[in-house]
Amino acid sequence: MTASLERGLHAFKEQIDAPVASFFSSCVRCGLCAEACLFFTETGDPSYTPIHKLEPLRRVWKQEYTFWGRLAKAVGLSKPVTDTELAQWETLVYDSCTLCGRCSMVCPVGNDIAYMIRRMREGMAAAGHAPEGLIGATTRAVTIGSPMGVKLPALLAQIGHTEKDIGMKIPVDVAGADYMLLLSSMEIMNFPEFIGAVAKIFSKAGVSWTISSEAFEATNSGIQIGVSEIAAQLVQRIVDAAEKLKVKSVISPECGHAYMAIRWEGPNLIGKPYNFKVVHILELLDDLRKQGRLKTSGKETQRLTYHDPCQIARRGGVVDQPRNLINMVAENFVEMPETGTMNWCCGAGGGVSANERADELRLAAFKRKKKQLDVVRPDALVSACSNCRIQLEDGLEENNMDIPVLSLTETIAEHLVDD
Amino acid sequence: MSEPELLIWIRGPALQIATVIFLLGVVVRIFEILVLGRKPNLAEARGSAVAGGLRTVFARSIPDRGTLQRSTFNLVAGYIFHTGIFITLLFFAPHILLFQDTLGLSWPSLPTQVIDATTVVTIIALLAVLVHRVAHRVMRYLSRFQDYLVWLVTILPMVTGYLAFHRIGLTPQHLITIHIASVELLMVVFPFTKLMHAFTLFIARYYNGAMAGYKGVNS
Repeated sequence: MTASLERGLHAFKEQIDAPVASFFSSCVRCGLCAEACLFFTETGDPSYTPIHKLEPLRRVWKQEYTFWGRLAKAVGLSKPVTDTELAQWETLVYDSCTLCGRCSMVCPVGNDIAYMIRRMREGMAAAGHAPEGLIGATTRAVTIGSPMGVKLPALLAQIGHTEKDIGMKIPVDVAGADYMLLLSSMEIMNFPEFIGAVAKIFSKAGVSWTISSEAFEATNSGIQIGVSEIAAQLVQRIVDAAEKLKVKSVISPECGHAYMAIRWEGPNLIGKPYNFKVVHILELLDDLRKQGRLKTSGKETQRLTYHDPCQIARRGGVVDQPRNLINMVAENFVEMPETGTMNWCCGAGGGVSANERADELRLAAFKRKKKQLDVVRPDALVSACSNCRIQLEDGLEENNMDIPVLSLTETIAEHLVDD
Repeated sequence: MSEPELLIWIRGPALQIATVIFLLGVVVRIFEILVLGRKPNLAEARGSAVAGGLRTVFARSIPDRGTLQRSTFNLVAGYIFHTGIFITLLFFAPHILLFQDTLGLSWPSLPTQVIDATTVVTIIALLAVLVHRVAHRVMRYLSRFQDYLVWLVTILPMVTGYLAFHRIGLTPQHLITIHIASVELLMVVFPFTKLMHAFTLFIARYYNGAMAGYKGVNS
C-alpha cells in the first residue's frame, strides 16, 4: 500500500461517525437519490447515482466498523479499497457532485448523502485524488489569500472605483464597527457593484460596518477540496480579523458555500465557538426590513424569479428572507417549480466551478435549471451567490437564452428611497 | 433426523435460535452505529436539532411531490409491499395468537379474506419490485447479490404462508413447518443485510433531520 493510499484510508476511517454508519446501514439501493441529482437526470448515467459516489467509503465502513465486515477482512474475504479505485472515483466525488444536498432531502431512509460526500473528500484529498483545479484554488487561498489570486491592492482599487461611483466612503479596518463584511473573490473581480450596493443600503439604514484588509475573502476552498486543516486556517483568518476589529457580527456575502463555511462549519473546524455572530447578507437585509430601516420605493414590473443557492437555502436555512425582500421590490415575482429547500442546483457549486475538467459536465447539468426556467419564463433571474450567477450566465448564454441574472442585494439597492 | 423430528425441531429449538440471532444481531448492529458517536456542533443553532430530528423521522415517510412524479412506480410498489407485509404479519388471527403466547399481547385481527387478498397483492408487488430492479437502469446498476437474497427471503414467508393457508401441495403440517422455516430464514438473514433498515432508518432520519433542524431547515 502506498503512503498516500494509507493516508486516504485513514482519513476515511476518521470521517466515519454514527450518522455515516446509520446511513450506510440503512441504504436499500432503491435508486431514488438518482432522480434527485441533476448530474444523473441530465446525463442518464447511472454511475452518477449519489449513493454510488460513496462506494469506497462504504466499503471502508463495512470492513472497519461492522462485525461481519471485520471478520471477512480478517479471513481475506473482502475486497480492499485500492488506489486505482479511488482514482476512478475522483470524478464522481468532485466533478459530478456540487454538495447541493438535494439527494439528502429525498432519500426515503433519511441518508444525508451530501454530508457523506463532504467527508469522503477528506480521504480523497489525503490520498492525492483531488482535481488539479481545486488544488490550485486551495493553494492560492492559502498563499495569496484568495482562490482566484485576488490581493489587497486589487480590492482597494475596486473600493476606490466604487467610492468614486457612489460618492461615499467605504469603511476599511474601522475598529469597533458592528459588522465586518466579507466578500468573495468573484464579487471583487466580476461583480464589484455589490460593494456599492451594500454601502448605499447600510448608509440609509444606519448600519455601522467595515471591511477588513486582513480578512476580506469569504470563500473556503479547504472545505470544497476536503482538507479540514486548510479550511480551519482560512476560517481562523476571519476570526482573528473579527476579534482584532472587535466587531459584533460578520456578514457572509452573496456566496453559497462561503456562508456554509463561516456560519456552520467554521466553529467546528477551529474547535471553538465564535465570540461574534455570523449573518448572511440576506438575513441582515430582512432584519433591517422588519425593523423598518430598509425603505424601498417603486417596484420592478418585469417577471422575476429567484434561484435559491443550495448552501444558503437547503443547507443554510435562509429561505424566507430572499422572498420577503424580492416582494418588497417586485410586483411580478414567480416561483420556479421545486424551489426553496427543494430547489435544483445551478450545477457549479461545491468546487465544481474551480475544476476545469468538469466544465462540460456542469453545462450539461445546467439543463435542469433551463427546464425550470422554461416553465416560468422570467424576464430576469434573481439570485444571491456570485458563483451561481457566473454559472447561470454561462448556461444561459450556452443555451441562447436572453435572461439577465441579477443580484438580490443590488436589486434592493436600486430601489432605495431617495431622501 | 426423521421427518417428524425435523418438524418438531423447526417449530421449537430452531425458532428459538432464530429469535436469539435476530435480537442479538439487531442489538449489536445498532450498538456498532451508536458507539461511533458524533462531535458536538459548536456553531450557534438557529433551530432545534431534536425537533428537526423527530420531525424527519415521521415526515420522510411522505415523498416530496417531484420525487413522487419521477419515481411513481418505485414509491407505489414500495408502499404496497411494506404495508402488505405489516398487515399480514400483525393482523392475521393465527399470528396474533402466536404474539399472545410469546409476548402476552393481543389485538383484534382482520378477516381472513382481507389477509388473503393482501397477501396476493403483496406477492404481486414484490414480483413487480424484482422486475423493476432488473429492468431499471439505476437499480440494476446498484444491485448486488445481497439485494436479490433479501428479496428472496422476504417473499418466501409470503408465498409459503399463502400456500399453507390454502393447503396447496403438501399436508397442512408440512406447509406450516415450511412457512415457519422461511420466517426463521428471514430472521437469521435480517441483522446481516440491508433488512436492518427497518430499524436503522429511524436513526438515519433522526440524524438527517437533526442536522438540518439545527440550521433551521425542515428536511
